[in-house]
Amino acid sequence: MNFAIKPVMLWTDALVFALIAAIALFVWYTNRHEHLRAPWRKVMRSTSGMMAATVLFAYVLVGVLDTLHYQRALPLEKQTAEMHYSPEVLSALDALAEPLRLRQERTFSAPFAAYAHSKETMQGPDGATMRDYPRLKFGGAHLKDPAAERPADIARGVLQGVALASLLWMLVSAVLTGIVASDRGASFAQTSGALWRGELDIPWRAVLLTLGALLIVAGPLVVLSGRYHVFGTDKVGQDVLYLTLKSIRTGLVIGTVTTLVMLPFALVLGIMAGYLKGWVDDLIQYIYTTLSSIPSVLLIAAAVLMIQVYMDTRPEIFDSVTRRADFRLLFLCMILGVTSWTGLCRLLRGEALKLRELEYVQAAQAFGVRRWKIMARHILPNVFHLVIITTVLGFSGLVLAEAVLSYVGVGVDPAMNSFGTMINSARLELAREPVVWWLLAAAFAFMFLLVLSANLFADAVRDALDPRVRAQVARPVFHSRRAGSRA
Amino acid sequence: MNAPLLRVEDLRTWIAGTDCDVRAVDGVSLDIERGETFALLGESGSGKSITALSIMRLLPDAGAIVSGRVMLDGLELTGLPERRMRDVRGRRVAMIFQEPGASLNPVMTVGDQVREVLDRHLGVRGEAADRRVLELFEAVGIPDPSRRLGEFPFQLSGGLKQRVMIACALACEPELLVADEPTTALDVTIQAQVLDLLRDIQRRTGMSMLLITHDLGVVSETAHRVAVMYAGEIVETASREAFFERPAHPYTNKLFASIPGSRSRAERLAVIRGTVPPLTRDFVGCRFADRCDRAWDRCRTTAPAVHRLDDGQTVRCHLYAPECVDMRGRPAAVPVLEPSPIVGATLSSQPLLETQDLKIHFPIRRGLFKRVVGHVKAVDGVSLTIPAGRTVALVGESGCGKTTVGKGIVQLLDAVGGTVRFEGADLANLDAATLRQRRRDFQIIFQDPFASLNPRMRVFEIVQEGMTALGVGGSAAERAARIDSLLEQVGLSAEMKYRYPHEFSGGQRQRIAIARALAVDPKLIVCDEPTSALDVSVQAQILNLLKDLQDRLGLAYLFITHNISVVEYLAHEVAVMYLGRIVEYGTVDEVLHAPKHPYTQALLSAVPAIEGGAGRGVIRLQGDMPSPAAPPPGCHFEPRCPKAMPECKAAYPGEIHLSTTQRVRCFLYPQK
Repeated sequence: MNFAIKPVMLWTDALVFALIAAIALFVWYTNRHEHLRAPWRKVMRSTSGMMAATVLFAYVLVGVLDTLHYQRALPLEKQTAEMHYSPEVLSALDALAEPLRLRQERTFSAPFAAYAHSKETMQGPDGATMRDYPRLKFGGAHLKDPAAERPADIARGVLQGVALASLLWMLVSAVLTGIVASDRGASFAQTSGALWRGELDIPWRAVLLTLGALLIVAGPLVVLSGRYHVFGTDKVGQDVLYLTLKSIRTGLVIGTVTTLVMLPFALVLGIMAGYLKGWVDDLIQYIYTTLSSIPSVLLIAAAVLMIQVYMDTRPEIFDSVTRRADFRLLFLCMILGVTSWTGLCRLLRGEALKLRELEYVQAAQAFGVRRWKIMARHILPNVFHLVIITTVLGFSGLVLAEAVLSYVGVGVDPAMNSFGTMINSARLELAREPVVWWLLAAAFAFMFLLVLSANLFADAVRDALDPRVRAQVARPVFHSRRAGSRA
Repeated sequence: MNAPLLRVEDLRTWIAGTDCDVRAVDGVSLDIERGETFALLGESGSGKSITALSIMRLLPDAGAIVSGRVMLDGLELTGLPERRMRDVRGRRVAMIFQEPGASLNPVMTVGDQVREVLDRHLGVRGEAADRRVLELFEAVGIPDPSRRLGEFPFQLSGGLKQRVMIACALACEPELLVADEPTTALDVTIQAQVLDLLRDIQRRTGMSMLLITHDLGVVSETAHRVAVMYAGEIVETASREAFFERPAHPYTNKLFASIPGSRSRAERLAVIRGTVPPLTRDFVGCRFADRCDRAWDRCRTTAPAVHRLDDGQTVRCHLYAPECVDMRGRPAAVPVLEPSPIVGATLSSQPLLETQDLKIHFPIRRGLFKRVVGHVKAVDGVSLTIPAGRTVALVGESGCGKTTVGKGIVQLLDAVGGTVRFEGADLANLDAATLRQRRRDFQIIFQDPFASLNPRMRVFEIVQEGMTALGVGGSAAERAARIDSLLEQVGLSAEMKYRYPHEFSGGQRQRIAIARALAVDPKLIVCDEPTSALDVSVQAQILNLLKDLQDRLGLAYLFITHNISVVEYLAHEVAVMYLGRIVEYGTVDEVLHAPKHPYTQALLSAVPAIEGGAGRGVIRLQGDMPSPAAPPPGCHFEPRCPKAMPECKAAYPGEIHLSTTQRVRCFLYPQK
């Protein structure tokens, strides 16, 4: 067996790494400037923000693991021949979840099932033909009598998982407490006490609790996924947990790359239209009114079919299925971005129209500050809360748009896993009796958690970036006791 | 009947905050007799509005009445269930608010809004209601009431909207009317109309009125009794006569002294040091002690009791305690009135800025292709001269175009006609780069200190912006040093430069805006109502600062305002504007003491006077200013002018020079 690998950089990988580099640069720059750091410290002090960040971190970790692509070398046939690599492009996540990827059943099976979901005709040990639920190849294959042994086996697995998770969690807590303690220059015990009483500036307690909750769920899943299909299998027998994990990257890429494509259009055009007014405004309004009156599904369908033809005629550029799927994903992000900037643009135009009349903008005009500088210094920071809210709400919209487009057949490549394709395939099976619910449930749960934590985190960021809300947070609670009643 | 109509006893209302509660009203007691106007006077944040809202039980969600009683003719209101309170509200106690535009529902006709009140409280519907609404509209002086009934609020002017609000409030003939700054948002001529109306209605119906205001002039014209609120407490109550003749509390005295006027021209205005203390803590001594010039040890350790003087005047101050009688003669600790040299003794002959026949029109566009269907002639031929180092005041009501003139002068708006010459150079003809260089010579300070600073920039970034844009101030280090000295110059400390604007009070924000304008060494500053959003005592600080800066730096000001007392204090020359044109121009003495134009005369007479309010001949103007989109033919003022003549309808009067300095546009004066 040869373990030589060749790293592969797909288009979206490059974008993801560029994004990570940009974020790292931003963090480095912010860290050197006290006034830029202050609002982010506020984010770190927000309990819900930090809990959301913890969950998001888990998602991003899975996404990044799935972005490290490589090709595996094929076994050498002759010593002299040059190395050949498998056309299959895998990722670090695939390597970690190899058992999940390879243990494929024939068709549907429910979560934790040992038997298939539907009866099949098969031959019994006595040679007679009968219709029954066949045993799965992998799920619960180690059990002799699934009906009797399964509950105990699962319970054991859960216990093992919880034990594993607790161990890991305690390790992380200890390391974290150690770091915080050395930061504060206090002893470990003191820091630990302060942390668990919630006396620290940064709500590490909430972070650790969130992490604990994640691990408690993840631990048993990891342990049990070696023996069962914990989320069941899909139509072609793939493990749904694996599909879900793979979908995370697609969702993140669609959400972030599309936003990156959309933002420049929306920001530049919206602020220009609102601030410059006149013919610039007329032109930009004309463009977005026209664009948003074209049914976007048709526009996207046309564009995706075009790119499909382009790829089909140039097999030499797109040498693997993964490459093709990746290019199509990238193109989908582009076209989604180009069609979805109009809403935010319209919003920003209205806000810029309002802000340009404000006196601080006029004061800047009276100083002869150049127009682009006024837009960058006075208008942009004051519309930023709108940008954050819209993009985060748009994030879930984009993931859903992907599902709709996949349904029409112009979404991501069928070879690529995504929440959209999962939901789409689940949609057809919901009519079955007994119902196939696990595909939809898994996609729903993972999407829900992702979108919820993105929303909560964005909320904390928006609050922190607005200097006005720093002072006053409305909480109608009486701190001292009231003497009378309000009747 | 001996019992007062409304008796408030030891009312305490707290507002829940993030970290601690704000004790907005902290032990207020007052009595309002039948048929009496009781004025509650105080600066912003003193708790006067919260007192009114507590009486009406209309507090915001975070607020609650903590203790105390509110008795309306023996009926205890604080414990009343909300359902019964609704019968009291509007029926027995009615309220009118400050902003007439925000108090009316924009999608209901004004007639329906009054009818709603009648239906709710009296069950009057149908024709009877229509008749009653007409009656009410006539009573509040709405011209052509039967037509106005079916109109929507946006079709009415501010004065008419406030009249509709008053009609709503009066619909059920309430026993008590709570008026929360009823005229603050209105122009002086409209304010005079509304105050007249309130007085007249009170005389006819005998209702009581709780008038909440910060304006001593309004108090002097309408109130029977006055209470002064400071930091959640009433510090003084008195009859109007006693209040204006011998104000007792040091705070009241300071308030009087901080009002600008002609008497104080040569002096600095009295300033109340510091700010109102935060109402979140317990007070040990007197709440005013830290800002009081006459405070001594006792004031800081013991809270003063309420002392009763002759004829019912009460005051919360240790100076009036019998055992402290010897302190009364003691002089104030700090001399407050430092004379400042009279500015402008050397009258510069060279005009710094000159506008000739300046015209600024805004196109009105309609339809699909945005065709221009007309023009709002906001400024229609204004000629002004501002000499170096002098202050020219531009006076007029809202909508007369005075702000537009200011913005036109600093080249924020393009003129459609006329010229603006700065030191001889026609600004409209300069190319972009030269104009940008010129911009450092003329700067502008805006009205609203909350809108004029970018909330997302720190103070030093705000002050620095102009310097960077115009290349003033040398290297980065020199600029930083200059920002520090500028902040010190306007009375802030240099450490404040890393803060964001929302951490400052209104007065401090206005200082930052002044520092920003000064940063580029301007020769002329256009001050667009810089003090109208501020309290009297803070206004005094800003006016002192502006005057000091003029003395030291030789600045010229174009001071745009509607406040006549500020003009009297600060200006050398005055221009009075009406509907886009200057109707009278002259030195401050000429215009304010011998006004010639009927509009100037009416404007000045409408200003509520603090002393000798009774018996003044007030010229009441009818109606509102016409729209600048369709000015009346002939003299613009003719439709409202009490002295209109036939020739006024025919043509706009030319400029007549009455003296070397005074000019007027009116047919009353013979063309020389």
